Amino acid sequence: MTVDTIAGTPVDVNEEGFLTDPSQWNEEVAVELARREGIDPLTDRHWEVVRFMRAEYEAKGTGPTVRVLGKTSGVPVKELYQLFPKGPAKLAAKIAGIPKPRGCI
Amino acid sequence: MCDTIEKVSIIISKGSLEGIYPGLIMANGARAEGIEANLFFTFFGLDAIHSKRLEHIKVAAVGNPGMHMASLVGVLPGMSAIATHMMEKKMAAFDIPDIPEFMELIGDTGCGMYACKASVDLFGFAEGDFIEQVQGIITVGEFYEIAAGGQIIFT
Repeated sequence: MTVDTIAGTPVDVNEEGFLTDPSQWNEEVAVELARREGIDPLTDRHWEVVRFMRAEYEAKGTGPTVRVLGKTSGVPVKELYQLFPKGPAKLAAKIAGIPKPRGCI
Repeated sequence: MCDTIEKVSIIISKGSLEGIYPGLIMANGARAEGIEANLFFTFFGLDAIHSKRLEHIKVAAVGNPGMHMASLVGVLPGMSAIATHMMEKKMAAFDIPDIPEFMELIGDTGCGMYACKASVDLFGFAEGDFIEQVQGIITVGEFYEIAAGGQIIFT
């Protein structure tokens, strides 16, 4: 685990760059994390997914997979891949400052 | 060798439930990781994209040691249907989508789907027999062109 300074905030990250302590997250951190992943700017639709990820994590202790995200977030799978081309659940979790979801499907 | 996988092309050649699911799970999982993915259906694997057959994919009850059941029992009428029903129930409990839903999901992820021309000709199928997610009936040469620069997985 290393400390990374993101948007002026020191945060603990794992080897894949995911925040290990979701409470260190803030919106400026999200914007910078998104920019590093090539997503700039974060649109309202991106925010909808990112906020949903955080809410799910807070409620269930884990982020949803792409299939669950498509069924429950209000953003369909096709659009999720347009918003986050390099993997919707994985990238949205990273930007939301929560651990990477570990589902196979 | 690079240390990340950027692209995979997965060949599905079997028409049983246990022959189809692994390839679908790997293709869907690749897309979830942001990996470019293509599915190529050949031989009995074509049943997975045949619009009248994909809802009736069965578990092989005979000649399948994984069933832990004597093949003599497996040949009884209806055994394959029973085994399939049990498997489907179990998968639904783990929230694994059935094949029609899975195909729709995989199509939405942007994974390419293709049918093998030689098999399509052999079975006397036509483009209209397949689900809308199928992008084309292609030759083995065209498959290699599409798969270029990535890993190929045969199932």
